[in-house]
Amino acid sequence: MIAFWVLAVILLASAIWCVTASKPVYSVVALLLHFAALAATYLTLNAEFLAVIQIIVYSGAILILFLFVIALLSSGVAPFSVGPNRLPKIAYPAIALVLIAVGFLTWVLGRASVAAPAASPGGSPVGPAGTAGVFGSVSDFGTALFTTYLLPFEMTALILMVAVIGVVLLAGDQTPYIATKKRAEDVRREMREAILREGGQ
Amino acid sequence: MNPMTVPVANYIALSAVIFFIGVAGVVVRRNPLIMLMSIELMFNAANLLFAAFARAWWHNAGHIFVFLVITVAAAEAAIGLAIVVTVFRSAKNVDVDDVALMKG
Repeated sequence: MIAFWVLAVILLASAIWCVTASKPVYSVVALLLHFAALAATYLTLNAEFLAVIQIIVYSGAILILFLFVIALLSSGVAPFSVGPNRLPKIAYPAIALVLIAVGFLTWVLGRASVAAPAASPGGSPVGPAGTAGVFGSVSDFGTALFTTYLLPFEMTALILMVAVIGVVLLAGDQTPYIATKKRAEDVRREMREAILREGGQ
Repeated sequence: MNPMTVPVANYIALSAVIFFIGVAGVVVRRNPLIMLMSIELMFNAANLLFAAFARAWWHNAGHIFVFLVITVAAAEAAIGLAIVVTVFRSAKNVDVDDVALMKG
């Protein structure tokens, strides 16, 4: 319970810092703090494997990608307009939306009677963390991922491949292809000339 | 420390607040990179809810869902950043309000 409140404060503070930061680099630092606290929250929820991939994929891959793009775009120039944000334009709709959302949330949480079932179809909650049969262990996760949820897993492979192709098409440099094509034409012309020379002799 | 003493309603409230912080970031900020990071915040709020309900029901389908969401979020971040880089190549000063090519 204490861990939940401490982590909740860290999560909320880093989320607000991420959104209100003046520079994108500060946002990345806040997001890193947010993801670390979220990984700790996953640990308190018996999801060890999720905590690990949260650190590896989010903090290790996605945030580094953000940092690379920031370093690439803001080298020497100011890439983004630093004008005032859109807060004045949308203040009244935003206040109305927040009030509606808070009211709805209060209503839902007041009605919520989430009775956690005693049965544990996904594995036994007791036992040392990480061993097979214990809820949230890597063994149970992998078994479920490669048997019951094999089709969604294969779909993510397709999605990642399409994303990689799309990124290469969008942001990839096209000069190497042109250079290769030009070089191939040069080679072909040289071969043709060589053949003609040989035939002329 | 026992997490079962934390009711699911607390996780719902925390996740909703983080989600709305992310929504505010997307709506208010002009910097496309910070908008993308706010989208990541929203993904993570949903992931937290999945993990909390998986814990409440002792069922690891929620964990699988979080795994798939993280995969799709990685693809989304890569494509979004590629679009930002491409737009920045053509226009030297990026204002997301000026990028309205698809507007009818």
